[in-house]
Amino acid sequence: MKRRTFTNLFLGGSLAGTIGSFLYPVIRYLLPPKQSEAGVASITAAKSGELAPNTSKIFKFGSTPGILVNTPEGELRAFVAICTHLTCTVVYESDSESLFCPCHNGRFDLSGNVISGPPPAPLEALEVKIVGEDIIVSKKS
Amino acid sequence: MKKIYIERILSGLFIPLSLVFFLQSKALADECINCHRELDDELKVPAEAFQMDVHQKFGLNCTTCHGGNAEEGDIDVAKDKSFKGVPLRKDIPEFCGSCHSNSLYMRKFNPNLRFDQLELYWTSQHGQLLKTGDTKAAVCTDCHGIHGILEPSHPKSWVFPWNVPATCGHCHSNKEYMKDYSISVSQTEDYKQSVHAKALLEKKDLSAPVCNDCHGNHGAAPPEVTSIGFVCRQCHPSAGELFSESPHKAAYDELGISECEACHGNHKILPPSDEMLGTGEGAVCIECHDPESEAYKIATTIKDELDDFKSKMLNAENKLERADKQGVEVSDAKFRLQEAHTALIQVRNLTHSFSLDKIEEKIKEGTNIIAEVSEAGDSALREATFRKRGLIIATFFIFLLAIALLFKIKQIEKKIPQ
Amino acid sequence: MRNLTQKIFVYLDSRLMLSKIGEFAQKKKVPEHKHSFWYYFGGICLFLFIIQVITGILLLLYYKPTMDSAYESIQFIMSQVKFGWLIRSVHSWTANILIGAIFIHMFSAFFIKAYRPPRDLTWITGFFLLLIFMAFGFSGYLLPWNELSFFATRVGTDIAGTLPLIGKTLKTFILGGPDVSGATITRFFWLHIAILPFFTLVFLGLHILLVQILGMSKPIGLSEAKVREVPFFPNFILKDALGWMLILTLVGILCVFFPWELGKKADIFATTPLGIKPEWYFTFMFTTLKLVPAHFLFVEGEMLAIFGFLIGGLIWLLVPYLDRKAGMEKKSPGFSLLGLIVLLYIIIMTALTYLYPNL
Repeated sequence: MKRRTFTNLFLGGSLAGTIGSFLYPVIRYLLPPKQSEAGVASITAAKSGELAPNTSKIFKFGSTPGILVNTPEGELRAFVAICTHLTCTVVYESDSESLFCPCHNGRFDLSGNVISGPPPAPLEALEVKIVGEDIIVSKKS
Repeated sequence: MKKIYIERILSGLFIPLSLVFFLQSKALADECINCHRELDDELKVPAEAFQMDVHQKFGLNCTTCHGGNAEEGDIDVAKDKSFKGVPLRKDIPEFCGSCHSNSLYMRKFNPNLRFDQLELYWTSQHGQLLKTGDTKAAVCTDCHGIHGILEPSHPKSWVFPWNVPATCGHCHSNKEYMKDYSISVSQTEDYKQSVHAKALLEKKDLSAPVCNDCHGNHGAAPPEVTSIGFVCRQCHPSAGELFSESPHKAAYDELGISECEACHGNHKILPPSDEMLGTGEGAVCIECHDPESEAYKIATTIKDELDDFKSKMLNAENKLERADKQGVEVSDAKFRLQEAHTALIQVRNLTHSFSLDKIEEKIKEGTNIIAEVSEAGDSALREATFRKRGLIIATFFIFLLAIALLFKIKQIEKKIPQ
Repeated sequence: MRNLTQKIFVYLDSRLMLSKIGEFAQKKKVPEHKHSFWYYFGGICLFLFIIQVITGILLLLYYKPTMDSAYESIQFIMSQVKFGWLIRSVHSWTANILIGAIFIHMFSAFFIKAYRPPRDLTWITGFFLLLIFMAFGFSGYLLPWNELSFFATRVGTDIAGTLPLIGKTLKTFILGGPDVSGATITRFFWLHIAILPFFTLVFLGLHILLVQILGMSKPIGLSEAKVREVPFFPNFILKDALGWMLILTLVGILCVFFPWELGKKADIFATTPLGIKPEWYFTFMFTTLKLVPAHFLFVEGEMLAIFGFLIGGLIWLLVPYLDRKAGMEKKSPGFSLLGLIVLLYIIIMTALTYLYPNL
């Protein structure tokens, strides 16, 4: 093989390899990932009927925990589950029908307002929408 | 002619001028303050301090408490029959209580204010001592101040939460003052090292307890040994409940040991450490339990399982940190790790139940979460390796291409002699 | 096969005058001398710009320009999208390298006096390209909506707001309101992907066209013996490509070992963290403003500094017309000195920002 032909082949080959090593990531990038879009102005917290009245569910809202409560009257309410005192995660207490923080006994009603204990501010409320089968929770606008 | 005008002017001015003088005299009616302001040292203090006093804001003045005539500038005239002067220490509670226990009077100013302070005071340790004639015991003015009394909600008030340790400590830390009493003088110092003091004084968390939260305000007394647990429970209900359901409750009650205090102390309540568990150095369990007892074995098991859980968690945490350092995005996994942390806190809380079953159940829950996180960590580390490999491959091709280019350039330059 | 290629060529040539362009390309020559190394930087800027366009278009597929989703969409790209981390890090790193390359390109053109007529228009379009790319950097920096970028934007626009007369209106226009908000993201996004690219098209098109028409500028007074000309195709362009390969490798290494960080999501109610500063290419102006005394005679120090920069910029822009000597193909050491002072000033001020952050 002539020197020139070798050089040209070498050039062409390595060019193709380089282009390939760039095209591969780009094509993978273009194919949609499993989780179809970025988290969280809103998230599907649960499916309809998943929660019985007077029960709750903790879900992930962005990088913070959220709590979805089905009140005894059957109304769905959602809050950022971080206690405004020292950031422990609140839980729902069905016998007192309130949101309770087990760290220092802080208590919130089902509108997020502080009923008793040390928390200085109400829980951040989130908007709940039912779209078909999904219960979608989003930031309050 | 001129004389008439002067007369008219003067008489015309008479009414407004006298009005001015009259009003001035009303404004200057507090002759007590005016006179005392001119004096020195301890006689001047009341006049100055009173400017900020809460009583002054409600329109009360020196005579409301001390009697006398505030409109008179002459001392002897001012100190008339109603003048009460400086009350004796032993009379101060009644002195203050003469208004503060009168609900009909108090509700003119603040209907919300309690009026049982005097009643409570007599039940307190301080009140009991005062009744016996010991005037060293604290009275109203020792805690609230004398003339510059601020509302308790004012941050500079002597009884605002973060000022309370200093107020109580004023006497209770004074060895000389307290030498006749058989109680320690280290409470304030002990408290300052506690986790409660750190929360209150450093983090400014006003919900943290201070002297009066456990001892009471006006009815101040140290809680009895059997009731210490109830006091702590006010803020720590979970630990308290677990303890009550545990075998320790009956045992402690029988032995007359106070619940929380036995392991955590009373004033110097330090942040609890895992070393308090188990049977090693610093453990509180071995203070009662012998090495041959069943409890000893349980204590050892609890500590071992907790340590194992913590090391697994640390392991998972390290994996995430390593992946993070190598640039892989792990915030989702870190969030999940938070839940493991919560489980750890719950396990630590569950130790108050001394129930191996409950503790193991929670540990299992946490371990499952950690397994997930660890998996995510491994996958992130694999991704980091994948990226490096990908870089090597791409760089290899680029390198080849660069060499090919060099060859081509050399070739072309040979062809075209310069 | 060859027949087909020929047929395609003939088809396109009759419509696009390809053969004419080919002739021109064959004739294009680049002078080679001891300073011709600096000629590569224009091509490097173009190469880096193309990388930015490609990665930018890719990022556009997953980025969401609202206050609630901007940060989250970047996090999504970095963690969920395959090779998203690579595309994003390439875009961020290349932005900085590009601006660095632009400065090198500008200063090398300055010292070689490439601005002298007839290349004055090339210099002017280049100056505007510098402004455009700094605007690209400023607008792009906010888009991830993290703490650093939020506050850097606020500080930067605060300074713009201090300009007399137009300051307040300018600031409100830039921000889309009185303060940095969701409206600002929309505006900066608009600038970043529509307005600035359009102007780049215009100015860069002109700039490159002028270079093709006028050819490369040679240093003043270089004797003919020391200069030889090499054809652009294929000699120079292959060497160009070699340089580009090296840069690609550099970018790759940077992205794998020093990926661009996500930061903390911006909180519009938070207090400004200490030591906030703009991106490095603005720091020489930023530090000047910090160091300038509060008052100079009766004028406010900051105002003086801002005007200083405006006047300085104007002089820099008009240098082709001010440097008469160069215009007459004579050496102009005075202007070389000016360039050196400006360069040193920028380097020292930039270094000071990082060496003594608590000035």
